[in-house]
Amino acid sequence: MAGALTIHHRMNDTAGTLLALTGISKRFPGVLALDAVDFDLRHGEVHVLFGENGAGKSTLINIIAGTYAQDHGGFVYQGREIRRLNPHQARVMGISPVFQEFSLVPEMTVDENLFLGREHARFFFLNKRAMRTRAREVIAALGFDLDPTATVGSLSRAHQQMVEIAKALLTDVRLLILDEPTASLTEAETIRLFELIDRLRAQGVGIIYVSHRMGEIKQVADRITILRDGRKIATVNADSISETELVELMAGRKIDVLFPHIDHRPAATALDVRDLTLASGLVRNVSFHARVGEITGIAGLVGCGKSELIRAVFGLDPIATGTIHLFGQPTTALDPASMLRAGVCYFPSDRVAEGLALARPIRENVSMAALDLPAFAHGQVLRRNEEKKTIQDIVDRLKLRPAQIEPAVGRLSGGNRQKVVLGRGLARDIRVFLFDEPTVGIDVGAKLEVYELMNILLGMGAAIVLVSSELPEVLHLSNRLYVMHQSRMVAELSGADINEQAVLDRFFRQDTQSPTASLPTPAVAAIA
Amino acid sequence: MTSTALDTPPPAPTARRIGTAALGRALRRIGFLPALLTVLILLLVLFEPRFVGMFNIFNVLRNSCALMIVAAGQMLVLVVGGFDLSVGAVIALTSVVTAKVMAVMLEASPDQVPMAIAAGIAAGMACGFVTGLINGACVAFLRISPFMVTLGTSSIATGVALLLTNGIPIYGMPEVFVKDFGRAIWFGLPMPVYVSLAVLLLVWVMQKQTTVGRYIHAIGGNVQAAMVSGVNTNFYLILAYTLCGMLASLTSLLLTARLGSGQATMSGNLMLESIAAAVIAGVSLRGGVGRVEMVALSALFLSILTNAMNLLKINSKIQTIFMGIIVVAAVALDELAKRRNQDARER
Repeated sequence: MAGALTIHHRMNDTAGTLLALTGISKRFPGVLALDAVDFDLRHGEVHVLFGENGAGKSTLINIIAGTYAQDHGGFVYQGREIRRLNPHQARVMGISPVFQEFSLVPEMTVDENLFLGREHARFFFLNKRAMRTRAREVIAALGFDLDPTATVGSLSRAHQQMVEIAKALLTDVRLLILDEPTASLTEAETIRLFELIDRLRAQGVGIIYVSHRMGEIKQVADRITILRDGRKIATVNADSISETELVELMAGRKIDVLFPHIDHRPAATALDVRDLTLASGLVRNVSFHARVGEITGIAGLVGCGKSELIRAVFGLDPIATGTIHLFGQPTTALDPASMLRAGVCYFPSDRVAEGLALARPIRENVSMAALDLPAFAHGQVLRRNEEKKTIQDIVDRLKLRPAQIEPAVGRLSGGNRQKVVLGRGLARDIRVFLFDEPTVGIDVGAKLEVYELMNILLGMGAAIVLVSSELPEVLHLSNRLYVMHQSRMVAELSGADINEQAVLDRFFRQDTQSPTASLPTPAVAAIA
Repeated sequence: MTSTALDTPPPAPTARRIGTAALGRALRRIGFLPALLTVLILLLVLFEPRFVGMFNIFNVLRNSCALMIVAAGQMLVLVVGGFDLSVGAVIALTSVVTAKVMAVMLEASPDQVPMAIAAGIAAGMACGFVTGLINGACVAFLRISPFMVTLGTSSIATGVALLLTNGIPIYGMPEVFVKDFGRAIWFGLPMPVYVSLAVLLLVWVMQKQTTVGRYIHAIGGNVQAAMVSGVNTNFYLILAYTLCGMLASLTSLLLTARLGSGQATMSGNLMLESIAAAVIAGVSLRGGVGRVEMVALSALFLSILTNAMNLLKINSKIQTIFMGIIVVAAVALDELAKRRNQDARER
């Protein structure tokens, strides 16, 4: 390890300051992303950046990585004043960022990506053999299961994350930036990453760690800096603060409950799916039902087929066999337009890719799925005034801030974007709501509002199906909870049976030989 | 990396498809394009005696060499995720400028033949260099869509070429340039064969063995990744367009020397054909993917196909329609292959 990852440091310097930022400000058109933020990082320290979406965390790490230039403020790195930095200079100086948005070229191989921008070459000519050897060394030292000759585009997200980390550690790294690094890693890979972080820390590397996951923050952090609305709220020692205090500092208000009380009053069966098998084979012989007045949860690991299941119910993924009944009637046409008319709406997890037209105003995004209704159009002619009134009403009910309907959706934060998607379900008479990871990537406050909205929907006589990889969410919100595992429905839990142990047992029961099976640590489960 | 856009789909498990599956496997081993090329040549050799005539073979070689060089340039631009519609216009402009400069120089001092040739070539190459530089700079710094930029420069270059000639071919180039260069036979093969081989080799080495090729592919694959990895993306974008322009100029020099006159209408269908050759060779229109050796093969394929249609006396207007169909079909296949890959990955 030490031989492969060449990290040269004066070990006696570990107590000193590696990076000091003073009064950093950055303005983007329309927003002050950072407002006079101070931040410092010591040698051999893990410094967590914590805050809601839009608090300025990613702007700050992008300034440190040289992607953006700050408008005001001082930047001292290793005792040297830095004026302007570009990504290349930053890397040369030992600042290695691992971003959530991967900086990888999908068409190129793992080793080509590792060395991108710093190839071993003599006068333009590549030394491919040397690079491949070195790539193998680094990957072996990190203990990653990666083939240097594989094309990056063919790898899973977790493996791409490993490539990204290996790339950051390829050269002499002094400051490592990790932006939500565990988002796509398994428990076993996460543990290996934390071991790696410990080793780097011991070698004097300063690490900036961005994460929402309370468990891992407590596990890795030395100090925590909380940002809110572009301002620094506090920098605290990790062992002197409780989780509740952290969440309160982040949100700027007291958050008593992470999950509201849901008033389940199950009534008639709204959706009844029997023996459903998808053409892709990702769902096999699955049956489940959802009733009016309750939240029906579907839990499962990433890739178990739970998303595909509800996508198929909405007519997005082709079905091989099986039947779907809505309020007792068998469905005849299975496509999104027919399902919307029948009162079923699906809310995609990837809101940017599947849910929203970012350049279009909120109004058009909300009414998009309802333009066939007489309330919005006479035939093909739009009723603009009616549309405005109805949508404004919905936006008010969703507590969108600011409560305007004309700004482009692209300018909204993650939480507000999700509300716009949800608004679509209110624009027409929807009785069955299919939620696919409704709170992924949005902050605590907005999450709570989404949950409360679900409560209101239940009161209005809706049936809600909630698919989520975030265990606490389905555990707290579901009246009945289904568990999926490897394309099959393996359990239906209700009442007191809905608990973490019961669900985890079902996740891992079938493959006890898997290394992850023994590690269902609740500590890493996300709470925020 | 060995797959082309025209790879056959994965074999289906039904019994009556086993024959197709075996064929598919064999095709994948050789590659679809070489197989298609071999079949085409075999058919022509067997059924069209005029195809193997010396004159015809030379003709096909000359045409395919011109196309190979333009298409290699086009490929570089496609690989960085761009598009160059101006290659045809650059060919026309280079032809006119080269002929004009040589003719004027020769008239001024008839004994300075080498001087006139050198000046003509330099002026011609400058046309491609400048156009490419403008294309690249507009795409890199002004972030204009490559489609619009090159459509604009194409119109400008064509306009200049027509202004210079008034539509009349320019004669008066040194005879040496035409006889001993343009129509020369070296070691039994037309001169352009050697030039295009040299170009292909250089582009191949650049693509495979140098950082330049690595960066060009990285930019086309994910420009953000290249940028944060410290690659000077603007420089390599401009480089790709400039090389493409210069290769178009080089093609024009070969064609002009062979014709013996500078013509503003010379490019013919080369712009469309260069894109067709690249796409058939599996160069992705989304950038990042493309191999020059496949582009050379597909340029040869298109030239032989055109030749076959000529030999079969197919109306040239119908040939134009046919070329359009090939381009659309090749792009559609590229798109289908991409979708199949995505499906395979999701599974």
